[in-house]
Amino acid sequence: MLGGLGDQDLLQYRPYLLRYALLQLRNQDLAEDVVQETLLAALEGRARFSGNSSPKTWLTGILKHKIIDVIRRKSREQPLAAGEDGDESETVDTLFKGDGHWQQMPARWGNPEQALENRKFWEIFELCSRLMPERTARVFMLREVMEFTTEEICQELAITPTTLWVILHRARLSLRECLEIKWFGGTRK
Amino acid sequence: MRSCKEISELLSQAQERPLGRAERWSVQLHLFLCKGCSNFRAQVNFLRAAVRRYRDGGGAH
Repeated sequence: MLGGLGDQDLLQYRPYLLRYALLQLRNQDLAEDVVQETLLAALEGRARFSGNSSPKTWLTGILKHKIIDVIRRKSREQPLAAGEDGDESETVDTLFKGDGHWQQMPARWGNPEQALENRKFWEIFELCSRLMPERTARVFMLREVMEFTTEEICQELAITPTTLWVILHRARLSLRECLEIKWFGGTRK
Repeated sequence: MRSCKEISELLSQAQERPLGRAERWSVQLHLFLCKGCSNFRAQVNFLRAAVRRYRDGGGAH
């Protein structure tokens, strides 16, 4: 479809782009700004769209660059030093007893895939992602939403792989705990 | 034998890097005996799938 990307073709991806940006940036204004910039860049540059990838993939690529710019600017303006959210390894420690056993054993979630079909589950999911501390969430979303590699994130944020892994671990522990309490707790056995 | 704290760290890291032979072995042994860590492993996989599903609009409402 040579030169066939109309305005509407691009604009229909706005909700998707906004959700993506919001997950990573956790700020409505910032997210709307980057999506606006992305769509403008796409409208201006659509002649360069080759059609080798889908419009969605192409737009996501532009959006990722815009998001990374914001994260860089934010990191410069207010660096998220270790300890900003409390020390990650200390937070992990509180979930375990002195001998390394779980304080509260993760429960069986039954068939969690069923939850993915439930609108209410996604509300809880949104809530739990927002409850993650700022730095933890930023790192976790770089990994899980933007799908950057360990090397890329370490370089971007100037942290070591060990620090990165502790932060990701903390993020997973916090997200799973929240989902278990607020959603899967009902099926606790 | 490694503790739940150490094993859960390895389970999380397995999402980021291939575990070494000895690490895989201690994880397998531990999971065989520990329900909590087995549940955690399933949940870590679920979290990755859920975030991507949400990002791609699976939770749109």
